[in-house]
Order: sequence, then structure tokens, then C-alpha cells
Amino acid sequence: MIAKLSGTVLLKGGKIYDPYADKTQRASILIQNGFIKKIGQVKSLKSAKIIDCSGKMITPGFIDLHAHFREPGREDKETLETGAVAAMAGGFTRVCIMPNTEPPLDNPESIRFIIEKSADLPITIHPIGTITLGQKGKELAEIGEMVAAGAVAVSDDGLPVQNGQVFRYALEYAQKYNIPVINHAEDIPLRNEGVMNESAFSTRLGLPGNPDISESVMVFRDLELAEYTGGSIHIPHVSTKRSVDLIRRYKSKGIKVTAEVTPHHLGLTQEVLHEYDTHAKVAPPLRTRADNQALIEGLLDGTIDCIATDHAPHTIEEKEMDFFHAPCGMIGLESAFALSHTVLKQAGASTEQVIQWFTKNPAQIMGFSLHGIEENHPANLNIIDPDEEWEFKTEHIHSRSKNSPMLGMTFKGRIQQTIYGKHSFIKR
Amino acid sequence: MGALQNRHLIGLETTPVEDIQKLIDTGFTFREVLERPIKKVPSLTGINVVNLFFENSTRTRISFELAEKRLSADVTNFSASFSSVAKGEGLKDTIQNIHAMKMDCVVMRHPVPGSCLQLSRFVDAVVVNAGDGTHEHPTQALLDMMSIQEKFGKIKGLNIAIVGDICHSRVALSNIYGLTKMGASVTLCGPPHLIPVGIEELGVQVNHNIDEVVEWADALNILRIQRERMGVGIIPSVREYRDFFGITEERLNTHKKEIVIMHPGPMNRGVEIDSSVADSDQAIILDQVLNGVAVRMSILYLLLAQEEEGGN
Repeated sequence: MIAKLSGTVLLKGGKIYDPYADKTQRASILIQNGFIKKIGQVKSLKSAKIIDCSGKMITPGFIDLHAHFREPGREDKETLETGAVAAMAGGFTRVCIMPNTEPPLDNPESIRFIIEKSADLPITIHPIGTITLGQKGKELAEIGEMVAAGAVAVSDDGLPVQNGQVFRYALEYAQKYNIPVINHAEDIPLRNEGVMNESAFSTRLGLPGNPDISESVMVFRDLELAEYTGGSIHIPHVSTKRSVDLIRRYKSKGIKVTAEVTPHHLGLTQEVLHEYDTHAKVAPPLRTRADNQALIEGLLDGTIDCIATDHAPHTIEEKEMDFFHAPCGMIGLESAFALSHTVLKQAGASTEQVIQWFTKNPAQIMGFSLHGIEENHPANLNIIDPDEEWEFKTEHIHSRSKNSPMLGMTFKGRIQQTIYGKHSFIKR
Repeated sequence: MGALQNRHLIGLETTPVEDIQKLIDTGFTFREVLERPIKKVPSLTGINVVNLFFENSTRTRISFELAEKRLSADVTNFSASFSSVAKGEGLKDTIQNIHAMKMDCVVMRHPVPGSCLQLSRFVDAVVVNAGDGTHEHPTQALLDMMSIQEKFGKIKGLNIAIVGDICHSRVALSNIYGLTKMGASVTLCGPPHLIPVGIEELGVQVNHNIDEVVEWADALNILRIQRERMGVGIIPSVREYRDFFGITEERLNTHKKEIVIMHPGPMNRGVEIDSSVADSDQAIILDQVLNGVAVRMSILYLLLAQEEEGGN
């Protein structure tokens, strides 16, 4: 639950890791009225509420570049408010939300609506505007006006800009406003109405397959256009080895490309669909173990910059439909760190690296100039137990929707508490 | 426990080989019943069966209905177009309605793969899959195998080819699972882009040369080419399909061996099969239809009669 954090709080005995400075220290943190007053040796104050952080890691709050809060239009799935609670439960204090609302965020008025409506929420919400009017892929939206109103990037979200010329215009035009252009990389005809990864496994299930090339072909087009125009692209939810290989190749040429991967593409494979569980129906689809491996390698060598959730709430009613009609997407904010940490630690990454993929790296992509853990700045902290093993259950979900195939999985690493200014979230 | 290891018939992938054999053997028993003057037995008296068809499939539905009636079951038919179902009533409502009506058995045809498995998890009734999209159609495969056994006296060791658009077929997968389990060798033949990715992993061979396949095979199971796939850039023309994959009289005459011809129907005469081939002595297409009723009686009997009696 989110509670007000008032008065003086002392975080005692934790290991502080600041990814922005890549610095670790053992010290206490004194928080007064939501501000960090002192980092170092702090004598226990009588008036202070003491939080024992021994054995814990203290990091900055996380940043998610890719979430769907469904407001306006589908408040039955999520609202800015419920999304904010879910975010904070997962250690996120800053979330960029996608514009595929009803109506879409394709004008400065709707960007302002999000910013004003979320002003008093316990986390910071950054709207992403559309690239084209109505996400239709035809006419450019008022990108400049939306950026002036507070949009941090543009994307047509799940609807890829299929027309190469329109995407070229977007890449050229968006440079003026210094924001990344995010294109869901998928060649729609090649997707061929596939509802899962195309493979021997989709053949066995009799489900139409969406091949990995439907992603990589579009990634390739976008990389070529980015190189040609000098524009800056961010590739969302990379899911295939082929895409990782292409991004690596173009990154080494120095073009302005960044990429994200979701926790579910790192940790789950298509095999979870063996009983047609619609909760695991997602776009891009869950792929193979080899793809998991390539994505992990991509993170480790810097080809992929960060982890983002693609938190996509859907109602029970929609997910109870048959496999063709159930919508794509799963929620992810509450399980993102734990799933990623579990998978990446096993692959040889350090907890510190995982923290970077949730903090400093996404901040760099969006050009946020953020402070790490510093005195005289508002508190923005996660207290993490990197060793706690726990089972992910419905009671841990604060999103208005519960569509997660991760329920029942056991994770290693858990966020104990998140503090952001005068708000705090404590795990149950 | 019923007479079979599984309570439902969802697919042959999950049906043990002993049960496949038992279903076929019992099919022959019912085939005898169908030859009698009065073709009806009281095995399922008092049992409610609903035929739930979300797609048009007159032949399969009639075959089931006949099988049910000849076993003296009480039959209810429900047909709905999938589009109207998709808009309003979802699968769950359908499931709950069946639940509330206390049906003993649901025979379901649905265009979406996995829908019968979903259904079986939420109802008390025994579920029989009458085709779930491009996934399984186990009763068709069982009738095909029964017909092969009738013709050859065995299935093991035979060379069976499945010819046509495998990707969009509702009968190919179940045939592959069943035939390979029963020890037949299976080759798929069709246009390369209509052979599903990774199908070899199911233990079959793929050969795009129809003449080589005809030379090799003991029996050909010829799939219907959907006319809606013609002229939309997937199959260039009837002429071209016939030339390269059609089972024509001329093509069969160039081979010495007499090959058994099967077709799950409905046929496009003159497209995937010549009319003269379909009507020839080597075709067992009409036996398949009769065996379809017999094997469906066998399925319903083994799933339902035994269960009612509380075990065998």
C-alpha cells in the first residue's frame, strides 16, 4: 500500500548503490520531509523512524520506458492512479506511458491531460505522443506541440508505421525536438495473422505463427532509415536473435539507436503456451530459448540498453476469450525487477548491472538528467533484498488487471520498500 | 475411469496408442451393427449429447448425429456462426450454459485451436473434439485409420502420403499423430509454402514431388484445396495445382502399383482429384464415410457407456 512518508526516517545499515555515479558505499541515509538530508554515519535520532536495511541494497527508483495505463478510454483495465500504484509496487518511480489510449495521445491537449491528471500521483508519469494522427501511420501528429506540452518521445505503439516514407519524415522531423522515435518493429503482412512464435511448436499447437523475421525485417528498415536520416530511434521490446544481431551491427557503425527488452522476453519461452494460456499471448510473441539467450547477451554487451515492461493490462473477460480473440499483452510492473534479476543473475550478470538496466540506461535514452542518491535532493529510493526468494501471487498485483502468466513463478530478489518524495510503498 | 485412459477426446497427440487401437477395433464392432436391418443399440440410453458447431460442417455433424442416435443417446444440436459468437457470447458463456444444462457430452467444432481443451477444463461433460481449427480433428483421423486397417488389414509398416495444403488443413495433424503412433510411415506432399514450419519434428517426411510420392505410397490421403485460396496469390491457378499436385487418372496410370485413394471430403473434383479417380475401385472414400459413423459410435460408447456403468 502507498503511505505518506512524513517526519524523519533513517535507513540504517544498507549498501547504497548509485548507478548514475556507479558507486557503492555502506552508509545510512537520513530522510526528512521527503528529502535526503544526510548520507553517511548518522547517529540514531530519537525522533527518527528507523528502517533496518542490513543485508539490503539501496538504489534509486526505477524508470520504465514502456507501460500502458489505458487512461483515457479503458479505465476498466487501468487508470493513471492504479498504474502508479502498480509501478511503485514494482520499484518504479518514473514511467513513460504509451499513447494507444482511446482516443490516442496525438495532440498537445491530451498530453497536457495526462500531465495534469498525474501531477498529484505518487510517481512521475511521462506521456509519449503518437507519431501520426490517430496512430494511423499516414499524417504526422503535432510532434513539436506535444513535446512542448511534455511528451518525452513519439510512438504509434503497437501499430508500426508501415509506410517507409512516413517513417523517414518522422525520423527527420523529430530530430528538431531531440526526442527518440519508437517504432514497434513488425512487418504486418509477414506477421501473417500469427498469434504466437512461428516454429515447430506453433505447428504442433495448430496455431498460426508469427515468424521472427516479421520483427527483424522491420528492425532492419528502421536501422537503415536511422542511418540515412541521422535520426534517433529506440526499438521497443526486442524479441529475436535476428534483431539483436542487426542492432549490434548498426550500433557498431555509430548510428543513434537504442533498444529495450522486456522481462518476459528474457525469461519466458513459447512453451508456456502448451495449454493455450491466453495470459501468455503477447506482441511480439514469446520466442525460443535461443532468443532468450541472444537477448541476454545483447544486454550484457550493450547492444540492448535497458529493460522495459510493456505493462499491458487487459480485463479477465477479454483474456477468457478464445486464443484468437483474446488481446495481446500482459502486465509486468510488479514482477519486472524480480523476473529480470532472477534470469540475469543466473546468466552471470550482477545485481548492479540489473539496476543499471532499470535506472541509468533508460534515463539516458530519454535524456532525463537525474540525480542518483545525493544529499539535498528528494528521496527516490528502492530498498532491495537481492536474495529473498518469493512466489509471485495475485496478492502482489496492484494493477487493476491481473493478466500475468508469471503468477506462481518463484523469483529471487525483491523490492522491500520504495520511497519517492513524501510517498512510500512497503511490500506486504 | 472410462474404458479409455483419457476422459475426453481432445486430440490424438495425447491419446495413447492402445486407446487408438481400441477405438478402431470397437469401430469394427459397430460397423457390424450398421450392417444390420435395425441399426440401433441401447448403449447410451438416457445420455445427453450436444453437438456444438461454431462452423458449418454438415458432414461431420450429420455423422456424429447419426452415431449418437444409433447409440440411443438424446441429441441436441446447436449451431452458431463464429462471427456472432465472437462479438457477443464468448466461449466462457457457452461453457457455462452447457454446464448449467447438465449435458453428459459435448461434441464441439470450433475454428480456434485449443478451444476444445479450454472447454474440457471448465465443464463436467465429456468433450469430443470435432475439429478445433487447424489443430486436431481426431475423429477424422480415426476414421481414416479404420479405413486403412479395413483395406490393408494393418496400419503398421504402410507408406501413407498426405497430399495438399497442409498448413490450412484441419485433418493433417491428427492423421500425422495417429499414423506415426500406429507405426505407419508418413510423407507430406504439397506446395512448399503450404507445409508448416518444423513439421518434420513430428516424425514425418516432406517431398514436393508428387510422382515420387505416388511411387512410394501405399495410400494417398488427398486434402481438399480450398477454392478461396486460389487466385489470392497463394495457389496460382487450378491448372498449375493440377499439373504439379493433382491426383489425376493419367498420373496414377503411369505407376504400376495400385494405390488406395482417400479423401476426407468434400471433394473438388477436377482440382485435387480427378472425378474418375474418386469414383474408381481403388478409392475408399465412401467406406471412409461409413466408417466415420462407426468410429464415432465407438468413441462415444467408450467414453460414455463405460463411465455411466462406473468402470469396466
